[in-house]
Amino acid sequence: MSAFATQLVNLCAAVLLMVTFVMIAQRRIVTLIHLYTLQGLTLVVAACVVAWVSGQPHLYGSAALTLALKVILIPLLLHRAVNRLNVRWDVETLINIPTMMIIGIVLVVFAFNLTLPIARLSVAIAPGTLGIALACVLLSFMMMITRAKAVPQVIGFLSMENGLFFAATAATYGMPMVVELGIALDVLVGLLILGVFVFQIRAQFDSLDIRQLEKLKGD
Amino acid sequence: MMPALGALPIVLALLGAWLALGAAGLLALERQVFVARVLFPLGAALGAALAVCAAAALAEPPQSLVLPLGPPGLPLSVRLDGLAALFLLLLGGVSAGVSCFAAGYFARREGAPPGLICLAYHLFLAAMGLVLLADDAYSFMLAWETMALASFFLVITNDRDAETRGAAFLYLLVAHVGAVALLACFAVVANAGGGLGFAAMRAQPPAGDAATLAFTLALVGFGAKAGLLPLHGWLPEAHPAAPSPVSALMSAVMLKTALYGMLRVGLDLLGAPAAGWGVALLALGLGSALYGVIYAAVQVDMKRLLAYSSIENLGLMFAGVGLAMVFEAHGKPTFAALALCAVLFQALAHALFKSLLFSATGAVLHATGERNLGRLGGLMRYMPQVAWLSLVGALTSAGLPPLAGFVAEWLLLQGFLFTPELPDSFLNMLIPVAAALVALIAALASYTMVKFFGVVFLGRPREPALTAAHDASLPERLGLAWLAAGCIALGLQPLPLLRALDDSTRMLGAEALSATLGQHTWLVAPVAVERASYAPLLVLLGVGAVFALTFLGVRQLFHGRARRAAPWDCGFPLQTARMQDTAEGFGMPIRQIFEPFFHLRRELPSAFDRAPRYRVTLEDRAWRALSLPVARGVEACTRLVAHLQQGRIALYLLYSFATLIALLLVTMP
Repeated sequence: MSAFATQLVNLCAAVLLMVTFVMIAQRRIVTLIHLYTLQGLTLVVAACVVAWVSGQPHLYGSAALTLALKVILIPLLLHRAVNRLNVRWDVETLINIPTMMIIGIVLVVFAFNLTLPIARLSVAIAPGTLGIALACVLLSFMMMITRAKAVPQVIGFLSMENGLFFAATAATYGMPMVVELGIALDVLVGLLILGVFVFQIRAQFDSLDIRQLEKLKGD
Repeated sequence: MMPALGALPIVLALLGAWLALGAAGLLALERQVFVARVLFPLGAALGAALAVCAAAALAEPPQSLVLPLGPPGLPLSVRLDGLAALFLLLLGGVSAGVSCFAAGYFARREGAPPGLICLAYHLFLAAMGLVLLADDAYSFMLAWETMALASFFLVITNDRDAETRGAAFLYLLVAHVGAVALLACFAVVANAGGGLGFAAMRAQPPAGDAATLAFTLALVGFGAKAGLLPLHGWLPEAHPAAPSPVSALMSAVMLKTALYGMLRVGLDLLGAPAAGWGVALLALGLGSALYGVIYAAVQVDMKRLLAYSSIENLGLMFAGVGLAMVFEAHGKPTFAALALCAVLFQALAHALFKSLLFSATGAVLHATGERNLGRLGGLMRYMPQVAWLSLVGALTSAGLPPLAGFVAEWLLLQGFLFTPELPDSFLNMLIPVAAALVALIAALASYTMVKFFGVVFLGRPREPALTAAHDASLPERLGLAWLAAGCIALGLQPLPLLRALDDSTRMLGAEALSATLGQHTWLVAPVAVERASYAPLLVLLGVGAVFALTFLGVRQLFHGRARRAAPWDCGFPLQTARMQDTAEGFGMPIRQIFEPFFHLRRELPSAFDRAPRYRVTLEDRAWRALSLPVARGVEACTRLVAHLQQGRIALYLLYSFATLIALLLVTMP
């Protein structure tokens, strides 16, 4: 039973990593949002599996929260924003995509190396997933850095939080509910602030290109 | 007389009472009259009581206490020994006079609310007391920093003035540089094995290079506070910026806490001094003294002049400490005792006369609104009492017998001149040169005082507004009189104090001075009567006799037929008060002789100028040489840091990303 569950969690981890890689390579914003939803769904599945195996009921709660927030509410908000901003299509990157993929592979290797000794000590069901979670965090961070437009950056930020959440559920059976609620609230507030920020940039510069912000710097 | 408990609890209670007065000031934030007429006189009474207590404790054996204050596990430990008692006597005596003066001075609104001034003022006093009592590095640094911060807030009283803010910031900066050095010094000493308590440090002093390192750090830390040469620049800025009673306290007492710290660390905690330390102190002290007195001689601002004069006096004291260390290292404890006695005596004398002079400038400033010597003059007629009292201060400062300044300088010169054959031939050559320098410095100090007193009080008023000047208020005059009485009493009766000093210097490893010091009641002979002695009362009698004889002689010989006529005007009919010798004019020879010392800018009128102007500005060459490169370095560094700020979000994110990766790499097993 436990071996099957481990395989399931490992599958979720693999899906998460794949989706993150696809996000890096993806140029279309609408697809990015779909990918983000997919990430959220993977998380829900992983949380349910872990909750079922470990018999910790509060993990169901966090799975439900994730479903509500990351699969339904946030994608909805993002879709609305994209429609209002009318930026469904192109996304430019600062570094070309093949290079980013190579850097991403280096990051994944680095993350696995880093977490290997920790995974050995762990008693969780799928200890190897910690490396994947960290890799997701780093890849999303890289995506935030290399995207020139504001909306993909927001998605990078949200996906980074997904990586953290996955690390918490898969490797340590989730965080206390209070912390989880707090983080959920954080993500929402962060999204709101970033939304305001995005609309402000457009109002100010008539473009969503954050390189425009360089003009704000004084001498 | 003293209860069995000893003086320490009483001293602590007095310091606590100062704090309570400060808190009372905070409650009466805007009540000017209450603060000035009730709180400050109470503070003065506490100061006098502290002086009495400390005087009684001079001869008592050391007592210590542990105060369970502050964070758990870090109590304040205090100890009252002869050295601390002596400096407490100084603190109490001077603060009694200055607080009394302040009661009059702060009756008029300065920049900050009177209650706040009262709080910072009494906190400053109590912190200085705790510095002197502290018996472990933690309490010492706590009190030291409280003292620095309280005085910073006092300096910045008139915070509307940009110059004041600049001066206060400079002061805070140098104070912190010094405090960091002190912290490092205590860390080195504690590292030698003893821990933070002074008793433990005494038991296990560091040896060899660690000791020299600790001494160097202490020299930087205490030198910055005392205004020794490379770090003196804050002093002539902060003193004029602060209200006069504050400058008086800072110059008279706070600078002495630096001397106390040097004695405590250099001679008490670090064990036997090395001769090299003494030579370093001697060179640095004399250099600062010469530099200070030359700059004092050419200043045109009253308080700036006095500030430079403080640099000179502190330099001399540190040189004396250096001399004592040289003697101590070469096994001449009697001479070390002589040098230390001279230093301590001068510390007391300087505290008295410098607070007197600073307070007097405060009275002049309030009466005329003027600090510039070029716009003063002839005030003797309009503020006679202040003038006579400052004359006492000026004479003491100039080192004339029979006042306290003379005894101090005489003792110090004795220390230099009686230098026995030391085993080091280099030192044997150096010390007579140093003695000559001390004599030069003393002469220039007298010159400075002649200029100060002459230009401010003598002659005719240089501005018409000066004729409206009035004498200081009663509390102000009382405070000045108290300080002047101290100068006179110390000068006429130095022996009781010298004997007490002898007791405290013995604690620092020196020996007792000669037996004659104990025998005579009127003759000061620190080494032996046949080598040198000084009887202040005889000098006073001599001066009095010559004066009386001259007076009588003139009365006898004068024929009594006086003819009143206008004095000869050299054929130059138009004469105004502005034609008198000015501060610039009086200082001109010094400016010429020591020109390489100064950074001079001169604006000379040509013969055809319609509105001729003459202006000389002097800048502190050593301070420029030190501070400009530092300022440039800081600016260059900030420019480098500014490159980080490119305004690109991707770059900022990259910074956090790189930091994250670097941290992960560091923690990687």
